Amino acid sequence: MPAPVPDGQDAGPLPEAGPDAAGVRRRLMSDGVGISVSVIAFALIYGLAARQAGLSLVEGLAMSAIAFAGAAQFSALGLLGQGVPWLGIIVLTGILNARHLLYSASLAPWFAGTSRRERAVSAYILTDEAYALAMPAFRALGRHDSRTYLIAAGFTFVPWVSATMLGMLFGELMPDPTTLGLDVIFPAAMAGLAVALVVDRRAAVAAVLGVVIGVGVALAVGPSVGIVAGGLAGPALALRVPRSAADAVAEESVSDHAVGLP
Amino acid sequence: MSVELVALAVLMAAVTYPSRAVPLLLPGFDRLPPIVDEYLRLIGPGILASLAAVDVLVLGDPDGHYRFHLGLELLAVLVCVAVVAWRRSLLPGLIAAAALVAISRWLGVA
Repeated sequence: MPAPVPDGQDAGPLPEAGPDAAGVRRRLMSDGVGISVSVIAFALIYGLAARQAGLSLVEGLAMSAIAFAGAAQFSALGLLGQGVPWLGIIVLTGILNARHLLYSASLAPWFAGTSRRERAVSAYILTDEAYALAMPAFRALGRHDSRTYLIAAGFTFVPWVSATMLGMLFGELMPDPTTLGLDVIFPAAMAGLAVALVVDRRAAVAAVLGVVIGVGVALAVGPSVGIVAGGLAGPALALRVPRSAADAVAEESVSDHAVGLP
Repeated sequence: MSVELVALAVLMAAVTYPSRAVPLLLPGFDRLPPIVDEYLRLIGPGILASLAAVDVLVLGDPDGHYRFHLGLELLAVLVCVAVVAWRRSLLPGLIAAAALVAISRWLGVA
């Protein structure tokens, strides 16, 4: 892993003239467009579902802008419809979103030297998609960049909130997203962005074991627990894979090979 | 216009935010031993692959049980992975995956 630079050296934005920063951001924009299509599709569906569940426009938008937790929002709608008490919804929300701990922990070294306020704000907009877009970009840059993270997170937050509103207002007019294949974009994007992070044998093993453990546990217990189990145990077991000289070379040259660079 | 559920949104945010923020805000979490740093590096590919696989391979039944599912979605994800590895860009992979699914459904083969 190209180690994030020490404290105090990565707080500011990259020089605008830097060719690496420009290239990474350009590709980030391209990748982000694909992600945002998926986000818009799901948000439109959520908005329509929220309206059908009886939420007012303010309530639906509050869910998207304040809770900002896609799967948990869908679950909340279902549970509200079944008359489940708020406490049950809140507990389930915490469980569904536990995986964010892993994203946050994984990103923490890259935020060394940034202000607490920036970290607090960055945490608020941290999602699957923001992590998946930002991490390859940081790796390609070899450092944290505030603007890059905001762009990555913006591709989720802005479309999610605005499409929620559109879904609540005009959702019944839209075609079924599944007929357009949009339902497959989210898993495809997560898998595609994982490719960008597979730079050596250990990372490849972590990904494969993440799949095996995640699916196995999900079948036995449930998807949320499975995802977290795969994300925790796969990398832990991958640490047992010895590193070769070729791995070190591959990792050092990650900025030349990762998705995220032209 | 009802605003009662705004409070629920705030409470949902209150239980979500700590999982997003604690590692980022915890003092010393950005200065970890090399083995922990290496573990955190591997979390990215591990959890993203897990997330994608669970999404396409595990289906829930109305009675709360989960079953293994092999379908067009898996093929689409693999196509995306192949295109991304080849083109080193996500967007062509997503377009290929969505097109495969849309065309297959339109033709009635899935």
